[in-house]
Amino acid sequence: MLEKALKGSPGYWIWLFVLAGIASVGMLVYVVQLNMGLKLTGMSRDVSWGFYIAQLTYLVGVAASAVMLVLPAYFHHYKAFKKIIILGEFLAIASVAMCILFVVVDLGQPQRLFNVVLHPTPNSVLFWDMVVLNVYMYLNLFIGWVSLECERNRVDPPSWLKYFIWLSIIWAFSIHTVTAFLYAGLPGRHYWLTAIMAARFLASAFASGPAILLLLVFLLQKLTKFRAGTEAIMSVAKIITYAMCVNIFFYLLEMFTSFYSSIPGHKSPIIYLFSGLDGYNQWVPYMWVAVITAAISLVLLIPAKIRDNHKVLPWALMLLVIATYIDKGIGLIVGGFTPTPFETVTEYVPTIPELTITIGIYAIGAIILTILWKIAIEVKRDLGTLDKEPPKFKKLYVEDLQYSEDYH
Amino acid sequence: MSKTRRDFLKIAGISALGLGCSALPAAASEEGLAAAPAADAPAADTMNPHALTATRWGMAIFTRKIKGPEHFKQIISACHSYHNVPKIPKHKNEIKWIWEDSFEHTFTEKESHYLAEDVKMMDFLLLCNHCDNPPCVRVCPTKATFKRDWDGIVMMDMHRCIGCRFCMAACPYGSRSFNFGDPRPYIKELNPDYPTRMRGVVEKCDFCVERLAQGMMPACVEASEGALVFGDLDDPNSDVRKALRENFSIRRKTSLGTQPSVYYII
Ligand code: SF4
Ligand code: SF4
Ligand code: SF4
Repeated sequence: MLEKALKGSPGYWIWLFVLAGIASVGMLVYVVQLNMGLKLTGMSRDVSWGFYIAQLTYLVGVAASAVMLVLPAYFHHYKAFKKIIILGEFLAIASVAMCILFVVVDLGQPQRLFNVVLHPTPNSVLFWDMVVLNVYMYLNLFIGWVSLECERNRVDPPSWLKYFIWLSIIWAFSIHTVTAFLYAGLPGRHYWLTAIMAARFLASAFASGPAILLLLVFLLQKLTKFRAGTEAIMSVAKIITYAMCVNIFFYLLEMFTSFYSSIPGHKSPIIYLFSGLDGYNQWVPYMWVAVITAAISLVLLIPAKIRDNHKVLPWALMLLVIATYIDKGIGLIVGGFTPTPFETVTEYVPTIPELTITIGIYAIGAIILTILWKIAIEVKRDLGTLDKEPPKFKKLYVEDLQYSEDYH
Repeated sequence: MSKTRRDFLKIAGISALGLGCSALPAAASEEGLAAAPAADAPAADTMNPHALTATRWGMAIFTRKIKGPEHFKQIISACHSYHNVPKIPKHKNEIKWIWEDSFEHTFTEKESHYLAEDVKMMDFLLLCNHCDNPPCVRVCPTKATFKRDWDGIVMMDMHRCIGCRFCMAACPYGSRSFNFGDPRPYIKELNPDYPTRMRGVVEKCDFCVERLAQGMMPACVEASEGALVFGDLDDPNSDVRKALRENFSIRRKTSLGTQPSVYYII
């Protein structure tokens, strides 16, 4: 099926070349970083993780978007999602690939990466994170590829595939839980040392991941004849809304524990993020932007009337993505390292090389996503199902995953 | 600590398990030491006969015996010059194994509005605490940071470290430094007896394992003129235990359960 990625309009090729250009700039800077070391970044003795690990944290959430489609489709036989599942799975692959790249560029000695495998250390969460991320990527690649291949050949997906699908559903939860555990078990880091960290990760992932997926689907609908189906879009939007409400609720729980207990260690990171500590306050505006964008996005998402308006929905989703990105992509890391173990503040600012490498990795992710989605779109175009609305409210049972012309 | 030495210790441990099982405790008690608790301790006959051994190394710092900035400098530079610790001017990338800081920054849990005037003005020495229950070891994905079961020293294998800096996030005492760049240009006088590091790895105080193996006390202890006492915490007759028995001491962030082995006599 790969050959389907080789034929495309000039626009498609220009887009890929632009991405490749950005990716090569990123790689060039990475070579410089390899030679000079991580002193090119804004990280320090006190803030030992920065922008790279923040992207990992956020993108693990994006990888979740697939499960929010696969789960209703296969556990609840919800048929409307059938058409976009493949897009979700492919987005998951691209995001996990970026996650792994972000781990690699963050290492001081990347050529020793295989030490993690050579000296497996079950007590280290990072070891497990590598395991679950890799397995999740291959699982999605495998499931996505097999089902797309079957769709193309107009045959039923083999019945054993459902076991892999069930596994991938459970696995998606595991990648969030394990990534949250990277942070949640560290003594002396009050902002992270909370039992609700994993739950917050899941809630925020199930809001932001599908939101990014929907935004990309809207874009796809603009660029091609692809139609996801109103039903599917409305349902995903509903899931996003619930997840975002839960996400914010969990955050408020943290606030309560911190401020009602009034223990300085628990309050300081939050005070630092939202109003500044010891005169350091560079992230304060960002955090308030997150609060405001989260609030507006909920105002637009909760009333069904506004949510179902597909002119407003993309804006609401964009605001939601900004809010969750600032919270999990920036606030989580910076808040965890502030104050330092000496109760001082060392501010972290990502540097230009750090940002360039980050953008480069996003470009690589975009290349992967473009190629995978292109293949999926071409298959649907060949079948003539590209712009067909999936039928409404027809039940689909995983036991009889049968090919029928109308629902792809 | 090179990989070969690590392997050597492993082999030594296996031989201790096999041949030395009966011989080791006997040899140890002959020298008036407590029996080694772990089977993976190096066999007695593979070690330097003058090596200092213990089942739990620890340090007591007589904070009031340190007389002013010069004295601090003497102790710190003894460690840093011995271990080829680079002097990097930027705070962001600095490397330090042992350093000084105020009471408030050292004992963050022991905040007091009305701290005794002299304690408020005093500085304290900070170094790796060689915790009994070290979070840095728990999180390391490659076992580059590990704890020697037989004497409690938390060590680093710089040849295995991948530079993920997870241990830095995990250490609640800020005891670890990362080589953000190449440290070598920042070493003024090279001590040829101790290796230098490459960029991209973490480092910290290692309780001077090499010196102990050669029968010498840690460099900082030697330079401290009696302000630092080093010895076996498991041995009730050791100097450290004596110091701790006779004086009031505190440790950093004990509520976290890491059980630091560095004690401060105030
Ligand atoms: S002080 Fe920090 S680096 Fe040293 S053993 Fe304890 S946790 Fe590890
Ligand atoms: S930086 Fe090195 S020592 Fe620290 S956790 Fe990673 S591999 Fe282990
Ligand atoms: S024990 Fe050795 S390594 Fe540790 S601070 Fe003292 S001199 Fe430095």
